[in-house]
Amino acid sequence: MNARLPRVLDEVVSRPTWPGTLPRPIERRNLGVDYDTTWTRAPWARLVRRALVDNVTRPFVAVATSPKVFGREHLDPLEGPVIFAANHSSHLDTSIVLSCLPERFRRRTVVAAAADYFFDRPWKAALWSLALGTIPMERTKVNRRSADLAASLLTDRWNLVIFPEGGRSRDGWGQEFRGGAAYLAKRCDVPVVPVHLRGVRPVFPKGGRRLRRGKVELRFGDPLWPSDATGPSGREEDARRFAARIEESVALLADEAETDWWSARRRAAAGMTPAFRGPDASPWRRAWALPASARRTRSSRSKSSAKPW
Amino acid sequence: MSPRPGFVLEVDRSTPPTLFWHGEGFRFEQLPEGARVVYPPEPLDALSDPEAAVRHALEHPLGDCPPLSALLRAGMRLTIAFDDVSLPLPPMRRPDIRQRVIEAVLDLAAAAGIDDVVLIAALALHRRMTDDELRHALGDRVFDAFAPHGLLLQHDAEDPGALVHLGMTEEGEDVEINRRAAESDLLIYVNINLSAMDGGHKSVATGLASYRSLRHHHNVRTLQHSRSLMDRHHSEMHSSNWRMGRLIKNVGVKIFQIETTLNLDMFPSQFAYLQKREWEWSLADRAGFHASRLALERIPPRLARQIFQSMLAPYGVTSVQAGEVEAVHDVTLENLHRQQLVAVEGQTDILTMGLPYLCPYNVNSIMNPVLVACLGLGYFFNLYRGKPLVRAGGVCIMSHPTPWAFHPVHHPSYIDFFEQVLADTTDLIEIEKTYEQAFATDPWYVHLYRTSYAYHGVHPFYMWYWCGHALEHLGAVIIVGGDRAAVRRMGFKPASTLADALEMAEDVVGPNPTITHLHAPPLLVADVS
Repeated sequence: MNARLPRVLDEVVSRPTWPGTLPRPIERRNLGVDYDTTWTRAPWARLVRRALVDNVTRPFVAVATSPKVFGREHLDPLEGPVIFAANHSSHLDTSIVLSCLPERFRRRTVVAAAADYFFDRPWKAALWSLALGTIPMERTKVNRRSADLAASLLTDRWNLVIFPEGGRSRDGWGQEFRGGAAYLAKRCDVPVVPVHLRGVRPVFPKGGRRLRRGKVELRFGDPLWPSDATGPSGREEDARRFAARIEESVALLADEAETDWWSARRRAAAGMTPAFRGPDASPWRRAWALPASARRTRSSRSKSSAKPW
Repeated sequence: MSPRPGFVLEVDRSTPPTLFWHGEGFRFEQLPEGARVVYPPEPLDALSDPEAAVRHALEHPLGDCPPLSALLRAGMRLTIAFDDVSLPLPPMRRPDIRQRVIEAVLDLAAAAGIDDVVLIAALALHRRMTDDELRHALGDRVFDAFAPHGLLLQHDAEDPGALVHLGMTEEGEDVEINRRAAESDLLIYVNINLSAMDGGHKSVATGLASYRSLRHHHNVRTLQHSRSLMDRHHSEMHSSNWRMGRLIKNVGVKIFQIETTLNLDMFPSQFAYLQKREWEWSLADRAGFHASRLALERIPPRLARQIFQSMLAPYGVTSVQAGEVEAVHDVTLENLHRQQLVAVEGQTDILTMGLPYLCPYNVNSIMNPVLVACLGLGYFFNLYRGKPLVRAGGVCIMSHPTPWAFHPVHHPSYIDFFEQVLADTTDLIEIEKTYEQAFATDPWYVHLYRTSYAYHGVHPFYMWYWCGHALEHLGAVIIVGGDRAAVRRMGFKPASTLADALEMAEDVVGPNPTITHLHAPPLLVADVS
């Protein structure tokens, strides 16, 4: 009996497979973009989240990444709601951004998270939406439900952390910013604060299995308002153009992180800011050109032998 | 959401294992790729007010028949016959539909001032019902009003004084039925039509008949030419019953037929997975199934039997129709087909089926090997319309433990039939010719049938004849997981596993055979084109 027990348990726990000869019915489940996160904003859930962020997330981030925060003064004039748009290279990004936000923002912030990744299982959806305040965001196609939820929360004076690249960087370079953050900012008339994270990828990159301690820098940029600029036609810029402007601001912060504020400013004024998305070249050349802060060396013990490529 | 119809699934690599009934237990079998599984339809929605439906049917009869209230008058002799314990299967959760119908009829009879009312359980050659079974079927109110006064009778096919010979059909068939029923001013028959085989003229011509009459349609020739028993237009047994029924009508017996149909809601909620398709089982279904399966493998058979026999079905009533026999039965068949018919394209080389713990003749009893054969080859094999699911010369694989066990009170003649007759021969004609008469007239069996709770001495013969069409049609019969000696005694082949059985079947039907599994119960009728 003991030998059979695991098989029986497996048959009980595993969902039966669906016959390939039958069409699957369309079923609306409380998962993915349909997951209802309302309960995670109830007072008790916010209290639990606050306890988790203060007592688990922040100490963990402090130990693992020793974050240094720059540009916090840019947030002083803001009252919220605010959209924080950050580059994305690691699962730790969310925890780091939340840990580094001033408390008045942190207490009322939700995080846009991939509906297909963080909300594909009931337990994952419940865990992350409670622990980090994630809300499901469709990233493979435009989804009215995701947008409506985020917009309603912004209207309800919740701040939003969003990663406009739509996923973690595969090679350490940035990816094109999608229009979600810009669209929401325009729709709700809220400012977007560009955020740049430097040094997170070596700590825990995409596909990584082990966490390595490292030093992370986080920079807040100047808030960007959707109505600040006009496009070439003289009309108010559209979401796509605004998304590009957000990307340029994050690129400027990235340059500043690698050099200094003044040099980055001058390069930006001359239109010489290094490409955020890296060189348009073969994979090895892109890897070769990667700044040291984005590389993950083979061994954390090889500090002395780490070569600057 | 409206209930989904039945359908045929083609098994592929991602099809989960299929549930096979296995007596008081289950098997979980992975069918080969390309095999087909015939799934029954989901239960139709039940009537929201069955009592109103009964009253409506009684006052709006079908065919050339006035409303029941117009037929009832003070001073008349009224007899109400009803189906016995063999229907429905599993027994219905209270209130049984017989209770609802008979109470409605008795309300009208009371209003008409009728004093002479008798209720008769239409047993034919089945065992008598116990008081508990009668009380369950009729309800406390009816049982307490009639049984203590000797007005609740059970048909006795061996009481010469209680039978009357009404004549012979044009085919020379004796028609001998219950005297009280035949001589009443009005005979009301209350049916439960679980399958298309039940009802129509068969109700009176079989349920209230004697051996002398029954032998004309319960014999090898008739049953081998009943193709199928679920299709009365192609069933010799039904043709014979119809001839008898028309004779009964022509000699002046006035029958008011009431037929009811049930949906396929056959199992209580804790066994809900038995009605679902395996890939739709929830976590609770899977846990319930595997817990039941493991427990049933470990408990004594007697306890497993008690658990299953105590199961009551939450059937819903889908239709009630009353009036002239043939007009009523035509509508009943339409309603049954609406619930049970599943379109199947083409026949198969190998038909597999999992046989459950229950057939019409082992309610609160033991499913002995003869009844296993009857359930598989007599009933399940006949669940078709058009052509049999399996081709001529094909193989039928049945899954059942087939224990060498008999209920000594209910099935005494079965024991001797199995030990003496089948030990000698399994040939139907030979058995009919050599042994039937002796068993049918054996005074001890007659005594037990009349005074105890025993099936008639000839009943095991009828069960064996019931397999006649299948045995003539099939190339081989294999029983998986059965008692080897019992299986061999009946002339079938035993197999330990389904895989073994399929391999054995290939010796008969050739390599790469087509396989079809009948996923029943719940009941279905395959409409094979």
